[in-house]
Parts: sequence; C-alpha cells; structure tokens
Amino acid sequence: MKTTGSVNGIISNIVIVKADGAVAQNEICYVHTGNTKMMAEVIKVIGDAAYVQVFDSTRGLKIGDKVEFEGHMLEVTLAPGLLSRNYDGLQNDLEKMEGLFIARGSVTDPIDFDAEWEFTPLAKAGDKVSAASWLGEVREQWVMHKIMVPFTMTDTYTVKSVAAAGKYKVTDTIAVVTDAEGREHAITMVQRWPVKQAIRCYTEKPRPSRVMETGVRAIDTFNPMAEGGTGFIPGPFGAGKTVLQHAISKQADADVIIMVACGERANEVVEIFKEFPELVDPRTGHKLMERTIIICNTSNMPVAAREASVYTGMTIGEYYRSMGLKVLVMADSTSRWAQALREMSNRLEELPGQDAFPMDLSAIISNFYSRAGLVRLTNGQTGSVTFLGTVSPAGGNLKEPVTESTKKAARCFYALSQGRADSKRYPAIDPLESYSKYLEYPEIRTYLDEHIEKDWVDQVYAGKTIVQRGKEANDQINILGDDGVPVEYHERFWKSELIDFVILQQDAFDAIDANCPIERQKMMYEMVLGICRKSFGFSDFEECSQFFKGLINLFRQMNYSEWKSAKFEDYRKQIEAYVDAKTK
Amino acid sequence: MTTRAFQKIYTKIDNITKATVTLKAQGVGNDELATVGGKLAQVVKIMGENVTLQVFAGTEGLATDSEVIFHGEPPKLRVSDNLAGRFFNAYGEPLEGGEIVEGEEREIGGPTVNPFKRIQPSELIATGIAGIDLNNTIVTGQKIPFFADPDQPYNAVMANVALRAKADKIILGGMGLTNDDFLYFKSVFENAGALDRIVSFVNTTENPPVERLLVPDMALTAAEYFAVDKGEKVLVLLTDMTLYADALAIVSNRMDQIPSKDSMPGSLYSDLAKIYEKAVQLPNGGSITIIAVTTLSGGDITHAVPDNTGYITEGQLFLRNDSDTGKVIVDPFRSLSRLKQLVIGKKTREDHPQVMNACVRLYADAANAKTKLENGFDLSDYDERTLKFAHDYSEKLLAIDVNIDITEMLDTAWRLFAKYFSKEEVGIKEELVKKYWKEA
Repeated sequence: MKTTGSVNGIISNIVIVKADGAVAQNEICYVHTGNTKMMAEVIKVIGDAAYVQVFDSTRGLKIGDKVEFEGHMLEVTLAPGLLSRNYDGLQNDLEKMEGLFIARGSVTDPIDFDAEWEFTPLAKAGDKVSAASWLGEVREQWVMHKIMVPFTMTDTYTVKSVAAAGKYKVTDTIAVVTDAEGREHAITMVQRWPVKQAIRCYTEKPRPSRVMETGVRAIDTFNPMAEGGTGFIPGPFGAGKTVLQHAISKQADADVIIMVACGERANEVVEIFKEFPELVDPRTGHKLMERTIIICNTSNMPVAAREASVYTGMTIGEYYRSMGLKVLVMADSTSRWAQALREMSNRLEELPGQDAFPMDLSAIISNFYSRAGLVRLTNGQTGSVTFLGTVSPAGGNLKEPVTESTKKAARCFYALSQGRADSKRYPAIDPLESYSKYLEYPEIRTYLDEHIEKDWVDQVYAGKTIVQRGKEANDQINILGDDGVPVEYHERFWKSELIDFVILQQDAFDAIDANCPIERQKMMYEMVLGICRKSFGFSDFEECSQFFKGLINLFRQMNYSEWKSAKFEDYRKQIEAYVDAKTK
Repeated sequence: MTTRAFQKIYTKIDNITKATVTLKAQGVGNDELATVGGKLAQVVKIMGENVTLQVFAGTEGLATDSEVIFHGEPPKLRVSDNLAGRFFNAYGEPLEGGEIVEGEEREIGGPTVNPFKRIQPSELIATGIAGIDLNNTIVTGQKIPFFADPDQPYNAVMANVALRAKADKIILGGMGLTNDDFLYFKSVFENAGALDRIVSFVNTTENPPVERLLVPDMALTAAEYFAVDKGEKVLVLLTDMTLYADALAIVSNRMDQIPSKDSMPGSLYSDLAKIYEKAVQLPNGGSITIIAVTTLSGGDITHAVPDNTGYITEGQLFLRNDSDTGKVIVDPFRSLSRLKQLVIGKKTREDHPQVMNACVRLYADAANAKTKLENGFDLSDYDERTLKFAHDYSEKLLAIDVNIDITEMLDTAWRLFAKYFSKEEVGIKEELVKKYWKEA
C-alpha cells in the first residue's frame, strides 16, 4: 500500500503534507492539482507532517489537495540512448516536450523505449558476476555502452544465460542470473538509481595518475587537471567562467561529457544546443554532441529541480564510468545549486549559517565532489569521472561560504580575476592565485616526465617563479617609477608579460588559438622559457619595453597561425632572428 | 474587480502587519488574488486554515473586520492589439480613465519557454551609440541592464536606445518612476511619433511600493503576447529594478523571513531570474529583448541587487562621467555584452572584434599612464600618446551623444590608431592591418 496524504500548508514551493502512513526522508511524491500532478521530494518530517519541496510552481494549489508517495527516492533511468540528449534537472527529455512553454507537470521519457540496439554478449553462462559486471555491450553513438548487472543487485550471482547477439529493445531480457539461493533474476538494459547516492560498484579508488588535456594553455601547462580529478573555477561575473567551461567541454580529452547548466542563462544553453551538433571533435572526427549529455535547469526553471540537476548529472557520469570510460562532468554554476539549498533552508526556517546558507553546506559540497574520481572496476579496468564546477561568488569576493567550502573539496583552483578580465587578458585565470594540487603528486610527475618531457614539472615551477618575480618587479616600478628602479626590474617584469601574453592568454574565439594541443603547448612554452632565461642587458627601460612589445606581437601572430604551417615556421624564424639580434 | 455571485465574504482578519494580513479561510489556492477592504491582495502563504495575503497598496486603514473576498484566480492581464498606445497602472488598469482593453485574459508570470525551443539570438540592435554598438553590441533576445548611479541620465539613454532600436513594440515597465520621468518618457515617445508602438505599465513614486511587484510580470505578459502570438520584435524597458528588489525585501521582511545578503530575501536570484529570463528569441521571428536599469549606490556592484543581476543578465552597461571630456560615456572596462560574440565580425565588418579589443587595451594603457601621472612620475612618449588617444576615443566614440553607424565607428577607430600609434603597437592581426589601416 502506498502512503497518501493531503496538502495542509503552502509556502512558495514548500508544501506541508499530512501523511496517512510511513514516509521516508527524500522520498518522492506527487502533488495533485486540477488535472496535473507535480513531482516533489520529502525534505523534513515532523510527526505526520511531511515537508516536501515541489519541483514546479505551486500556483493554485489548495489545502486538502491529494498527495501520493512513491516509496523511493529521486531516481534516474540508466540505459543506452542517454548520449546527445537534452534533459531538464529531473531527466525529462526537453526535445520531446510539446509546445513552446514548459507546461506544469510535463513528463517525457528519458530514453526511447522502442529503439532497438545491436547487442553483443560479453559474459557467458556460468560466469560469476556482481553489481556492475559487464554482461554485454551495444554501440551507442561511438561509445561501447556496457550492459551491466544492475547496481542495486548487491549479491554475487551466476550467469544462467545471456541473449545471443542481435537486436533488442532496452526492456528485453538480455540475461538471466541466479543468486546463492537459486532464485533467478532477469536483467534488461534499463536500470534505475537514486541520484543522491554514489554508485560504489568498484574495487578501489586509486589516486589520479594521468593528466586530462583541455587545450587551454593556462590549465594544461600551468595547472594541469588530472583524469578523475576535481577542480573549480570561481570568478566574478563577466570574468569568463562560461566561455572557459565551454572551451574545455569542446576540447577535453574525454569519452563522455556531461554538462549541467545549473541555474544559468537559457541563451548560453541554446549556444550549446546549436554549436555542439555542428562542432567536430578533432580527436575522433565525430560530432561533439554525440558524446555529450546536457542537463539543463536554467535560472527561471523551478528552484528545487535545480538542486536535483547536479546530482542527476553526476549519477549519469558514474554510470558511464562503470563502463570503463573517461567522463567529464561540468556544472555551471555550483553557486546556483548552493543558493537553491539556501532558499530551501530559508523556507524551512532553519537557523542560518554564514550568509544565510545552511549550516551543512560545506559537508554537502565535499560529499558531492567526492563522487568524482578514478576507479578500478571489478574486471580490473579503469574508469573516471572528472568534475569541474564553476562558482559565482557574490561580488567577486572569494571569502564567501560556497567558494571556501569548495576550496576544501576540490584539488584544482582556477581563480578568475576581475583585474585580468577588465584588461581583457583572457582566459582570466590568475597565474599566482590558481593552483593544481596534482603537480605535487608523484604519479602525475611521472606521467608528465613520460608524456611531455623529463622534469616538466620543474619547468612549470620555473615559469611560475618568473611570473611571481615579474609581479614583484612591477609593484616596485609602480611605487618607485620607471626611472627609480634598475633596468633589470623592467626586464623581469617584461619576461613575466611575455609568459602572460604568449602562454596564459588565449583567444577562445579564434579558430586556431582556441585549442592548443599539448605538443604545441610544449614547444611554445620551451621557446618562451628559453628567452626568459637569457639576459639581455638593456641600456634603458624604453629599449626593454620596445623589445618585448615587438617580441610579444610576433608570438601572438604565431599563436594565430596554424600549427607547423609555413606561416607558423616563418614567425618562429623571425622570433629567433629578433632575439639573436639583441643577444649577440 | 467585480465580485461574483456566491462568493464567500470573510470579515474577520486575525493579524495585520504593514504589508500582510492573515485570516482563517477555506478552499483558497496559492498565488490567488483577493480584495481586502477594497484593496487588491495576493495569497503568499497557507498554513492549515490560516491564509496570509500580501496587500499591494499597504495595509493602512485596514481593520480586523474589513471584508475579504477571494477571486479564485491569480493576477491576469487582458491581451489584444489594443494594448498598443495605452498606459496602465501596476494592476493593468488604464491610467487617466479610458476604456478597459477587451481581449483574452492571461495569467501573468506564466511558465518558462522550453530552452530547447529557443533560437540563438543573432540579430543586431543598432543604437548609434558606439559605447554600445562598437564595444558592447546588443542583439534581439538579450537581457541587459544599465548599471548607473541615480544622478546619471540612464532613462534618457534608454529612451534613445528604444527609439533607435527599430522594435515593433516598446513596453515600458516603470517601477518607482518619478512622475517627472514618467512624463519625460511619454513626451519623448510622443514627439518621436512612436506612441502607437508603446505599451506602459507604470508604478510611480506616488503609488504604494509593493504594487511594483506586479509591473514586470504585467509588462512581460504583454510582451509575450506580441512576440509569441504576433511574431513581433518587442523591446521591454524595466526601470528601476533596484526599487523592485526593495519591494521584495519589504514583503519578505514583513513575513518574518530570514534575510540573506544586504537584507534581501534569500530567493532574490530566482525572483530576478524569472523576470530576466523572459527575454527570448523565438523560432517564429518574434523576440523579447529586455533593457533594464539597476541603480547603484555609489557605484557599488557588490551589493546583492547588481551582483545577482550581473549573474543573470547577459552583460551590463555602465555609465560614467568622463572628467577629461566632460561627457557621460559608456565605461569600456566595466561594461560587457555577453552576446556580442554572436554578431561582431559576423553581422558587422570582419575587423570589429580586434578593433574593439585594441581600443580597450590602449584605453587601459592610458589609464595606467594617468595613474603614473597622478603619482608624480614622468611619462614616456608612449604614455603621452595613449592619453591623447583616450581623450579622442572618449569624445568621438564612447560618449553617449554619438550617433553613427558601426562601419563609421570602425573607421573612426582606425583613424585614431593611425594618428597616435604605429602598426605594431596596435597588436591587430596583420591581414586586417593591411586592409584597414588609415594613414594619418
């Protein structure tokens, strides 16, 4: 018997329900009004009163309206056919919705239940399997989508039979397994999983040991992201968070990309909808949209569904990770998610923490970030979820609860600075504030030694030192005046400007400069570092700044030229000659 | 508002605060309208049989035995082509008498456009103001506010932009507008012969502040009628959104909600987003573009209202008094149009993006030179030239009284480059320099 109830109080989208039976925390229920029913989630229970947050507008709802409890938490459907879809925060397919406006209570299937998939078995009768063991696979876009023992089946099972290769619908039985007591379980290609619980069907979670390439120099060269790592991008509005995230999503070396547009602008999501089906992934030659899933809860969509959207994205990410794939999950912006928590907490009249955020904000954020990671699957293979979130700190002030809590949880910090954005130095990633903890990992050092060059990490630190010294020199120049400091100070400053303009700045809107492969990054960085290590002995500061301005201009033209083209080579030679002329 | 037969009339109010009343009532829907002692009110909270109503005109003079009549429906607006040329108050009632507009009744504050059904904005709105067209190009379907101190001429600039924008309809949502400003808008539109394209919903400073909460939804419901049903290009002007937020804070305070940053309600972001996200480019060619005003206090953008707004809107336009030229300019550093990338260099000449960036970079160098000068240091030759450039750039391009087309703006910029700088110093792609450099 399902528990039912009736509405007994309404404060915006929080509804108080008088329940006639057992109710679980986070259980899903449907609130009926007129001919529609709206999904809601239990967030607090006091006696027989269940406080539920409705994922929709409560306009017109009345005392006494009927409520049905579902007996399970908020779940997503996991099956072949998720890739390239556009979902709302509750996994309704936006493309399938009728009409221009999203009507209240709109529900659409997350996948196409009639589609047939070409199934190839991977397991055979007699195999011992457990949750997440691969039974077979189908080809979804260009990903080999593994059909797994459902994550909810926690015992060890023996495969009784696996369907022969052929076409099947997702709801067809593709395997039968028997448990220790001899009971048989039929397995299909569809399973469901509650979004707020991590999928833990793996043997271990080792430390990240590989770098995830993004094509953004300020990240790959200076503060690399690890595959299975976590990072966040805080920045005031207008600092280029979204442009940077889009650039990463287009260029990242990942098998599956999940973009969660969480409480952000609809026009930005439209940009993804429109651009991704056109853009081609340079690594595979396939359309970007084919490896992408978009979860979209724009800022005017119901606030409770916004909170759910990040969990929906992460759960789908964990599902693909269990197939041994490299998944990148991005959320823009996690501050909107935190604000949704704040609105909820406020309506529940909880005692507020700092800036009126709930007291357990920090715990919720670190718990969420901990779901990312590299994992070793039960069959020995690895899969990963790399998570990158943006944070929109109020007033650009990084001393606010969301930024501070996230800083404790994430390992890479890409601080966007207002100063850099104002002077159009994009991406505005601050070279001194930002860090990647992964540079300190011996595993990553070894990886970079092997994949880029021996002692690469030392070179990175050398570059950072030059930038640091340049800034200090500039401070001195500003205090004492151009003539008040030795010429070496100017040289030091201009060397840091060289790194800034050539390596750190990158034109995300230029077809060539937007994506810089690691090979090219290595070459440019070594060229720049080589010049920084020379000493020039300028006679005065005017000569110094003239020289570097000319040099920067040549390098910029080089960045705009196609890799290894004649033009590129020509600029390289010009630069060498330009530098030689000064040092001889 | 007329009462209907068999409507139950309640005559016992339990609690009265400055903005809300609470009484015992049955069968009431959330968000529903009611009349309390002749004043319009809306249901904001229901707890068992206790219903809390927000009274738009304030609760002055309401008694515990005032009559309460529930309307059984949320606020609505009658929409039809006859809205054009009319002026309404916050409830959608005609100002200065005039007949009630006939037409279909629509709930205000309706549902969201499915993001998947939207179209990417790509049509440029030319305003003639270089601070906007050159540096911060705006497009149809965009939402962008002016961030301005109260003493700046934002309403005048906005009226200019509206008239030059070639919109099919201009919808003015005035919140806490002074009567003088309201009359100014009216006369500007009248003089331009544009009255038949204007629909106004106005709450002036003479009206109760809480009424303002209805204005944006009224204006946008009218906008959706013209854009969605008629496929028209609609420009919505909302001034001043800071006063709208103040009204939100008043209500939330009266309802004993825990305030978040700057005494604003915790839901401020969602409240503002619901309004701004109505800006849309539709597949039928219709569009809603929102140009708003957010007044600042002493230029402080970290205050909750401008801060939340900045995260919602697609950029912001900053007005500033330029002491060098004595003109009001659109600040090139702090202004931003996020959608300009969709049109610049595509719908405009190819050199637009690079020229725009070069100008701003050189202007930034001038700002550094100025700091040097103020600190008593000698200026280099380059510094001197950037200062001269900055002066001309302010006067010929950034000032809000400039009115030229975009190609002319680009040519002006190239002339200024050639006048003060060498080709290398400008830092633009060689191909473009070759093509457009204008020898002084």
